[in-house]
Amino acid sequence: MGMTMAERVLAKASGRDRVTAGEFVVARIDLALLHDIFAAQVFSMLKAVGVDQLLEPDRTVVVIDHLVPAPTAEAATVHQQIRDDVARLGIGAFYDAGQGICHQLLPERGHVRPGALIVGTDSHSTSYGALGAGGTGIGTSDMVYALATGSLWFRVPQTVRFELTGELEPGVSWKDVILYLAGEFGADAAQYKSIEFGGPAVAKADMSSRLTVANMAVEMGAKFGFFAADQVTNAYLVEHGGQGSEPFGPDPDATYEAVHQISLSDLSPQIALPHQVDRVAPVSVAEGIAINQAFLGSCTNGRIEDLRAAAKVLEGKRVARGVRLLVAPASQEVLREATRTGILATLIDAGATILAPGCGPCFGGHGGLLGPGERCIGTHNRNFPGRMGSADAEIYLASPATVAASAIAGVISDPRQLEAGDE
Amino acid sequence: MSSQANGVGNVLRGRVWKFDHDVSTDVLSPGAYAIDPVEVRMLHVLESVNPAFASQVEPGDVIVAGRNFGCGSSRETAPENLKALGVACVCAESFARIFMRNAVAVGLPVLVCSGVHAAFENDDVGEIDLASGRVNNTDSGGELQGDSLPEEMRAILAAGGILALLKSQSGAG
Repeated sequence: MGMTMAERVLAKASGRDRVTAGEFVVARIDLALLHDIFAAQVFSMLKAVGVDQLLEPDRTVVVIDHLVPAPTAEAATVHQQIRDDVARLGIGAFYDAGQGICHQLLPERGHVRPGALIVGTDSHSTSYGALGAGGTGIGTSDMVYALATGSLWFRVPQTVRFELTGELEPGVSWKDVILYLAGEFGADAAQYKSIEFGGPAVAKADMSSRLTVANMAVEMGAKFGFFAADQVTNAYLVEHGGQGSEPFGPDPDATYEAVHQISLSDLSPQIALPHQVDRVAPVSVAEGIAINQAFLGSCTNGRIEDLRAAAKVLEGKRVARGVRLLVAPASQEVLREATRTGILATLIDAGATILAPGCGPCFGGHGGLLGPGERCIGTHNRNFPGRMGSADAEIYLASPATVAASAIAGVISDPRQLEAGDE
Repeated sequence: MSSQANGVGNVLRGRVWKFDHDVSTDVLSPGAYAIDPVEVRMLHVLESVNPAFASQVEPGDVIVAGRNFGCGSSRETAPENLKALGVACVCAESFARIFMRNAVAVGLPVLVCSGVHAAFENDDVGEIDLASGRVNNTDSGGELQGDSLPEEMRAILAAGGILALLKSQSGAG
């Protein structure tokens, strides 16, 4: 019997010919990611257990992305500690405040390799599955153990596979696909499991779209969210780091817990309603609901392709009176590209506020929080109560085009309606 | 390791706080207090769904919940806050995997038990046997069979969490 991508990654990392779902393995960590919410804590915990140096500092990446620029003196102090610890521990891959969001930077700067096992102190580490890597979130204690020993325990997960066919209609994006899957199958559909996204539709998806989908695999409970590494992956790797890769995917005779066949041809723009990521409906269900804020950004949808999709809708238009449109590019590179191509000017002309590359509003840290009773539509990944400030605020999740169309109208809107109205 | 794992086989008995499905890490550990010390964080646990919880929970109390408890972020502060408040165990229909992993890492006992959400109300007294997975409602007399944790995970709990395990391993090595 062959292996799924999860089994292949964990077999390789644990030095075994094969592993099977359900087994426990001790696996070598290829890359460990820490960001500013947890890095200082992890480093002081390491000290507390008597570990003065990392086993493999070249396999560690530290990113300051959540509290940037530092919104409080406390955050600035934490950042100081991180910089000191990074220097003390000899960590070479360090991205200081303003460089971008970790899940954008790791692929963009060539840290992610197909088949690698990557752990991060962030649940959206599933993003790396877009490049065929086994990326998953862990907590601080597990990270301390991983940094001290170079390895960590894993239970080999079962895999659920989505075979995606058909073509997306204009105005519909892969954000709509992952929202639809979350809504259809539920937030715990892949609890303790791995997901593989495959099928002919996937072969046509660009890397930006794959990153969006793998990023939100965790919103279905998944441990990993894999795409097979193919020519799209190879081209992306060559462009971002220089070294291409061989194809990496599941064995043809791999065993799946379930395989779901889904056609994307009839999909309409989707929206997650408050306060659950899997409370998903076609945008038409929520059309007309007034909003106070629209947010374009995050590790889910802050890439140049996302800004371009929003700019296309916003071109020559103005954000509705009383609506705040916030844009946080996922990295400095994205910001530079948006500047170079005129996308940034389009967004600013439409009335957008441009934020520093980072996570701020998405995780409710700073830079665009909501007051009681306010409503926000955003391109990010979570809409739990209190996620963006007040627990009495409402968050809707949608694609960049839907967020842009809603910002113009001042009410939740289907981007296809706006385009139709222009004709 | 297996003999240590039996060390958490004692039966927990505590007053029940009941919560519904999909209790998220944003609710268990709000982002606004992300880098505050645990003494501050623990005051805000679950405040958006039950404002009385953090001030009235007592050491030894247990949480009973629905599906997907702890969904959301990787923040270990979620189980750490509960442990700091003295919660003895969380028993749920299912857990988000990172929460479950983190709970084991910090030494907070967890148990998956189908039917537990319907079987308990607030202030019932629950008896939970982590080794066997048996769950009793001493008020209603109802008895359920949960999925006892795999031995590998119980061994980490028995050691007092993964850092305690790390210390014992490096001490031995």
